[in-house]
Amino acid sequence: MSAEVINKEDGSRAPAGEKSKAATILKVSDLKIHFPIHKGLFRKRVGEVKAVNGVSFEIKQGETLGLVGESGCGKSTTGRAVLRLYDPTAGEVIFEDRDIAALSAEEMRATRPRMQMIFQDPQACLNPRMTVGSIIAEPLVEHTSLSGQQRREKVMELLEAVGLNADYVNRYPHEFSGGQRQRIGIARALALDPDFIVCDEPIAALDVSIQAQVVNLLEDLQRERGLTYLFISHDLSMVRHIADRVAVMYLGKIVELSTVEKLFDDPKHPYTQALLSAVPVANPEIEASRERVILTGDVPNPSNPPEGCVFCTRCPVAVKKCFTVPPVWRELNPDQFVACHLVE
Amino acid sequence: MLNYTIRRLILAVPTMLFISFVIFAIIKLSPSDPTAGLPLTIPPEVREKIREALGFNEPFIVQFFLWLKQLVVTEPLYWMNQKFGTEFEIGQRMISYQTRSPVLDLIVQRIPQTLWVVGTSYIVGIIIAVPLGIISAYKQYSVFDQIGTFISMIGFSVPTFFTGVLLILIFSVNLGWFPSIYDTTHVVDSWGSFWYQIKQMIMPVMVLGLFNAAQISRYMRASMLDNLTQDYVRTARAKGVKEQTVVLVHVLRNSMIPVVTVIALNLPSVFGGALITEQVFQVNGLGQLLILAIQGGDVPMVQTVTVIFAVLIVLFNLIADVLYGMLDPRIRYD
Repeated sequence: MSAEVINKEDGSRAPAGEKSKAATILKVSDLKIHFPIHKGLFRKRVGEVKAVNGVSFEIKQGETLGLVGESGCGKSTTGRAVLRLYDPTAGEVIFEDRDIAALSAEEMRATRPRMQMIFQDPQACLNPRMTVGSIIAEPLVEHTSLSGQQRREKVMELLEAVGLNADYVNRYPHEFSGGQRQRIGIARALALDPDFIVCDEPIAALDVSIQAQVVNLLEDLQRERGLTYLFISHDLSMVRHIADRVAVMYLGKIVELSTVEKLFDDPKHPYTQALLSAVPVANPEIEASRERVILTGDVPNPSNPPEGCVFCTRCPVAVKKCFTVPPVWRELNPDQFVACHLVE
Repeated sequence: MLNYTIRRLILAVPTMLFISFVIFAIIKLSPSDPTAGLPLTIPPEVREKIREALGFNEPFIVQFFLWLKQLVVTEPLYWMNQKFGTEFEIGQRMISYQTRSPVLDLIVQRIPQTLWVVGTSYIVGIIIAVPLGIISAYKQYSVFDQIGTFISMIGFSVPTFFTGVLLILIFSVNLGWFPSIYDTTHVVDSWGSFWYQIKQMIMPVMVLGLFNAAQISRYMRASMLDNLTQDYVRTARAKGVKEQTVVLVHVLRNSMIPVVTVIALNLPSVFGGALITEQVFQVNGLGQLLILAIQGGDVPMVQTVTVIFAVLIVLFNLIADVLYGMLDPRIRYD
């Protein structure tokens, strides 16, 4: 009883405290994914794109971790590596006490039902030559021993769970609108009752009017089924709405990770500050007068990142040290991590 | 789909009329004489009479329609008389200038050889090309892919009259493994004669098969590469589907759409494109028939064989389109 009262007074800390009691479902430590660059007549390996370059975070049972950052910062690559859709170059991805990165192909396949993914492009992620029914049923064929009749029932049940008409089973993906296709993608991801879902920009390709519907659907499903989400997005207001904690990525590294309240109210890292200042404010008076941090220059080439802090080339407050010494990833306050020399 | 097919078939009729007219015009424009190949001892008056008898002096347009009548009326009626014992009145059948025997009889005699040798080579080509394309794409830039690409480029760019002669030189002349000439009169009635049949087919089949495989495997590879990077493949992997199923069911099925079309579109070349190879190995098929007819100025023969090729091309274009509709649910014709 008393705990609840305190929670209401100090809303920002309560969910975090509650979440920290929950079991950790996924623990990523020092994950690196480098893609080789081949060039020349004999396609010699001349370097590598360091898409993800040492990323660590944890996700607790039932929470939503938002992963934000600009295009090309390695968000999606991280999401895919967590599901071992890419083989990590280094690091560990521990899902329920097992290192995903070290599993054999067959062990990995057996683990897949537990962890699923919702993709960005709802058109491209559905095989154009399969009916909706067979797309959703395929994981059931592969991983369960349900009879044909049971599978059909399960597929219809899933379609209804995501708000689609169960009569659509025999239609092809191209016969649906974008929002409907994304619902199909979600139904497919749910088919095997996973615990953990990577949502890779699930709303980026959708109409604004549909975005809210899909996000609400994701939230409802999370409540009903106790799902854990890694929600990748570049839409900060949507992340603020759905996530419990948020990680900000820049050039293959996480620069800040904290609860959604702390991150949006009190961003520590200069990049997070710049990112948040790019979100327009609904009130035109405030919008006209507020100060924005405008970043100059381009994101450095990920095959040749800066020596010190990855953000040093564009940071408005960088000092000499930032160009030579990489900042340490440290816990500033409970549930507030940052990688910056200047934050105290 | 049925309506579409019927409509396309009806539309093909004017197309075919136009094509055959153009072919006829082109052949007639060439200064050939049906009596040129006859012995020089035949006096000019007799030659003139021969021309007269062949209808060679009629106006161009009359000759065209006579030919057309023979092809679409006389020959089918003759065939029905033979087959069902009906007694339709038929006029003069289409006669080859060179051999004085009915053109269609000659064509029917030649088709089995062509189908056997060239058809087998096409199937062999597909059997080689499809796995080659799949593995090349799946292991892009691997040693296998590099070698496959190299062989495809050779098969693609070296003409069959060169590879044919080269094979004859190596395997017939130097090694003596296979006969250099295809013997059409060979009858298969025992294991020994069956073995001989295989031996005499190997070289022409491989020459044409390599050429076909080179082309199809390139299409297969490109199409697989296109599909391997698609998002739905990642979806399939994320579902935990076996890698084999991912490649052979999800990717291959989508990749086959353009490849099947190419295979269907190239099928008419089974009849026409093998001209040179048939010549090299002395397979007396349709290709050889056409070449001899061209040399002899045999207008009805050249015209009929060419029009048959044209019909096949139009027909297989239609088949390719229909197949496309069947393979790709996004395409519907009705």
